[in-house]
Amino acid sequence: MNTDEIIQSLPYSEPFLFVDELLEVDAEGAKGVYTFRSDMPFYEGHFKGNPITPGVILTECCAQIGLVCLGIYLVDGQFDQNSKIALTSSEMEFLLPVFPGEKVIVTSKKVYFRFHKLKCSVKMFNEKGELVCRGTISGIINSDDA
Amino acid sequence: MENFERLKEIVTQYLPDDVDANQIKMESNFTQELNINSANLVDIVLDVEDTFDIQLENEDMDGMQTVSDALKIIENKVA
Repeated sequence: MNTDEIIQSLPYSEPFLFVDELLEVDAEGAKGVYTFRSDMPFYEGHFKGNPITPGVILTECCAQIGLVCLGIYLVDGQFDQNSKIALTSSEMEFLLPVFPGEKVIVTSKKVYFRFHKLKCSVKMFNEKGELVCRGTISGIINSDDA
Repeated sequence: MENFERLKEIVTQYLPDDVDANQIKMESNFTQELNINSANLVDIVLDVEDTFDIQLENEDMDGMQTVSDALKIIENKVA
């Protein structure tokens, strides 16, 4: 599967798609980009009068690019409407704020993919190349029809 | 009983707060009695592989409902 096909297979849509482009993917990891548009609705409330991208949204962006895109690549064409995907754990560290309009790059490295569970270490960088957040995210990707 | 003790040590690390290590018995069901979620069960299997120097397959995972199921799998593979 190539990067475009993986993007097409993602089970997300607006307003909860946090992948613009997948730059690289292979058996060991993935790399992709996303730009947080200034008109995204959560900026109105996080925080009042001081818009900053919520950590949970950064985590979601890391998971969609780093874990889900990689997972779809690893099950190699077996991912479809019947496939199930679920986040099972995340442990993140946030180092810098991400403001409205910022573009981020997410990279992931596979720790293991066994028994349908994919565990990855992920990193997010801003456009200056500074580390924004990092952590470990795991999920179950089940391509069986069951 | 040595294998049981080694397995118990692994399982203990993944027990939720409300389950005590002395509740781990031969007949304990991992998910239903020890409240271990299926994602953590994968981590238990990977630790079992490292500890006992064996490799488990999907079928082994499917058949691993209780502590004694796990011990049977371990004993068959180690032998």
